[in-house]
Formats: sequence, C-alpha cells, structure tokens
Amino acid sequence: MNALLTLLQGDKSAESVVPRTGYTAVLTIACAAAMAFLAVFVLALALSAGRQAAEWEASLSDSATVRISAPAEMADVQADTVETILAQTPGIGGTRRLSDDEQALLLQPWFGTDLPLETLRLPILIDVTLTEDGPDVIGLRQRLAAEAPGAVYDDHGRWRAPMVDAAQGLRSLSLIALILIAGVTGVTVALAASAAISANGQVIDVLRLVGAEDRYISRAFTRRFTLRTLGGAAAGALTGLVAVALIPTVAGGGLASAVGFYGLEWIWPLLVPPAAAVLAFVATRAAAARRLKEAG
Amino acid sequence: MADPSAIELTSAAMSYSGRTLFRDVSLQLAPGSFHFLTGPSGAGKTTLIKLCYGELRPTEGRVTFFDDDTGHMDRDTIALLRRRIGVVHQDCRFIDHLSVAENILLPVTVSGGNVERARADMDDLLGWVGLKALADHRPPELSGGERQRAALARAVILSPDIILADEPTGNVDWEMSLKILGLLIELNRLGKTVLCATHDMSLIRQAKTRVSARVLRLRDGGVELAGAEL
Repeated sequence: MNALLTLLQGDKSAESVVPRTGYTAVLTIACAAAMAFLAVFVLALALSAGRQAAEWEASLSDSATVRISAPAEMADVQADTVETILAQTPGIGGTRRLSDDEQALLLQPWFGTDLPLETLRLPILIDVTLTEDGPDVIGLRQRLAAEAPGAVYDDHGRWRAPMVDAAQGLRSLSLIALILIAGVTGVTVALAASAAISANGQVIDVLRLVGAEDRYISRAFTRRFTLRTLGGAAAGALTGLVAVALIPTVAGGGLASAVGFYGLEWIWPLLVPPAAAVLAFVATRAAAARRLKEAG
Repeated sequence: MADPSAIELTSAAMSYSGRTLFRDVSLQLAPGSFHFLTGPSGAGKTTLIKLCYGELRPTEGRVTFFDDDTGHMDRDTIALLRRRIGVVHQDCRFIDHLSVAENILLPVTVSGGNVERARADMDDLLGWVGLKALADHRPPELSGGERQRAALARAVILSPDIILADEPTGNVDWEMSLKILGLLIELNRLGKTVLCATHDMSLIRQAKTRVSARVLRLRDGGVELAGAEL
C-alpha cells in the first residue's frame, strides 16, 4: 500500500525517462476503458439480479394460494370450510377469495379477452397472506385433505425456487464475468508493460549504467501504466454509467426494468477506476520485476 | 594498512560461447592512478571495461571495488556501486527523448540526489565540457565530440572515484580527441582514478607527456604492461 501511495504522490523524474509514445499507451488506455465499461455494465446486472432475487424471494414467501377443485355443488362448501380452517390456523395473516373477474385477468395472457369464463369450470382460488412465522404447512395440508379434499395448499415454492435460483445464477455469472474482466485487464496491462520495457531496452541500459536500482526503473514504468489505466478506466466507467442510465425502463419488466444502480450501489461503479489502477499497479510491477530479472 | 585498490581484477577470465576472450587477467587500479588499456580490435577492451563496472561478471576469477567482491552482489548493490564509477562509452548511450541537460542530470535523478542543486551547478559543468549552448538540445542533434563530452559530464556529475572511458575518442577528430583527453587528465589531477580504453597510440603518447599513466595491453588472451615501445 505504501508503494502505491508513493506512486500516486509521483516521481516525475522517474516517469519522464520512459518515452510517452508507443502503441502500448493506446493499448493500455483502450483496454482499460473497454474493460471498465464492461465492468460497470456487469456490476449493474449483478446488483440488479441480486436485488430481483431478494424481491422475488420476499414477495412470494409471504403469500400462498389455496386452490379448490371440486364438483360445482361442493366447491362453495369446501371453500367456506377452507376459509374457516385458515382463520383458525396460526401463521395465517388473512385470506381473500379471488373473484371471477380477477381469475379472468389471470388467464387473459393465455386465452385473451374474449374467453367465455362462465362456460368453463374453474377452480376457486383463495389468496392467503402469511405472517412472518408462517403456518405449519404439513399439518395444514393434512387438515385440508381431511376436511376439504378438493383443496390444495400451494406455498409458491415450486415457482419461487427456480426464479430465485435463476436470479442468483445470473448474479453468480456476473461475478465470474467481473473476475474474468479483472483478469483480462491485468494480463493485458502486464503484456503492454512487458512490451514497453522490452521496447525501451536502451533506456534501461542507460539507467543501469548511471546507477539506477531496479525499483527506480520499475517505478518509471509502473507509474506510467497505472496512470494510463486509471485514465482509461475512468473514461470507460463514465461511459458505462451513461449507457446503464440510458437502458429503457420497462414497467413490470422484472429484471430488465431494474438494471441500474440505486442508493449506495452507486459506490460500486465509482470503485472501478481505482480498482483497475491497483490491478495495473500490481500487474506492471510484477511484469517489470520479471523483465528486469530476465534482462540480467 | 595500504589503501584498497579502486578496482582489482584477480585471475579474471572471460569466455563467450566457448571462446575465451582473455584468461588469468590480474590488475589493480590504485586510487588516483591513470591507466590506458589498449590492444587490437576484438582483444576484449570493452569487455574488460564492462567487468570493471559490473555490467559483466567474469567467468572465472573475481573483481573487487574498493575491496568489495562483486561476485555475490545483486543488481541493486552493483547499481549503488556504479554511483562511485563514471562510465563513458564510445556510443555514449543517452536517452534520446531527454535533453542534454536532463541526460547529464540522470545519475543525480536516479540516486535521489539534490536535483535542484545539481541543476544550479549545471552551468559550470556544461561550461567545463564546452556545451553550455547545447543544454536543451536532444542527444541526436549533437556531433560525435559533443556527445562524448556530454557523456563525460554525465559520468562526473556525482563526483565519482573512478572514471572508465571506453574509446572516448573513437568517433572524433584529433583536435576533439585532445580536448577529451585534457578533460580526463584534469579529472585525474583532481584525484580521480581513470581507466581509458583506446587503440589510438598517438593519444597515449600525447597523454604520457602530460600525466603519469600506465599502459596495459590486452594481447593473446592476457594483459601486459606496455613498456618503452610506446
């Protein structure tokens, strides 16, 4: 850390001995910018996926549905029985029987608006609100089976688990992508630094001739590449933030509607340029040490 | 106890790819002495100079700076020792994108010395080598003689104990050769140890009229003290 602080404070004399031109400068800046752009985008995706997973988990875990499929003459009786049982069950916060119109709305995406619902025999749906502790599901199912055989208690686990898994999987993939981005950035900067050191063999010869220690030579290259990476990453991160802000919001679009940064999440993209600089510092220093050792 | 030699080679040998350049070379450069190193092209003058400042290590034998054996020194220790040795190469070796003044200041810069004070003294140094007007020029804009003098200024800016010059007059005319020789003699009179490799016997003869110099000759893989034939 001290070495990094010393580097940031600067040693212009050390830096000035390395020529400013060369393809490695463009390569480093362009790579840092591209990777920072991708990093910001992937960060937005990872945070959104995590947020969405939490929302889905929360919204589906505090509710359940009881579906009653029974002959027409028995359906209402069983529904009343179910409501009575639910009212007596600890962990149930409330119940609400869905109306025909609400059921029609639920079916609309599949059957359209012209569906003659009155001709179809649909199950009765009861929306159940759970308390924080929730009910004893096994006991409740046993009682429903005994007293209202057409009733099925659905705690949404069948739907919730794959959705949450998918969101969490997306977040994991995003984190892997971030690690890959960091790795590619480090390798590219290290290669660029190695190439620059090789291309400046004459400069290194002169520095050694006049008594420069390895750390001085290394610092000359490390500072240059760290600052180039910082600059490139800042530009890339800024562009990435603008791009993320411009993603169209889709009302009710689930994950697509939520990609972006909210509240304290804004800190994360701001950390991308300094993180890239630290990465470049470590990569360049290692590359310089290796090249100087090889040079003898 | 006698003063340690500034540089001492003991039974030093150097081989490249199985070819022995020289073997069993022993020499001592006493502090304040002036030595010429001569010999035919390919005899190993440049290699021997490089041994003397640690750029190369002998394949056999040992090299010491002020009684410190270089055999076990790492690169950074060698770098620190080089601050006590000023080196002038035939090809001068500059950083071309820096100005002449910045190149001359490099030893101060890399050693973490007082650059501002050295910059203030720069006028005197540039005046001494006759390059005041060229301080802001880039090395590629200088003539051969100007480059050699700039290299000499860089070599002495840290006031080293030893000056090693490898064919410093190789690319310049006779008049400039005498100027450079005069600067080396001045440094020797200030107490610096000077080792100058050259194949120019006229220059050596000229020097011997002005300074007490020993002449070492590399021949047939060994080094000998050249005598009266000069």
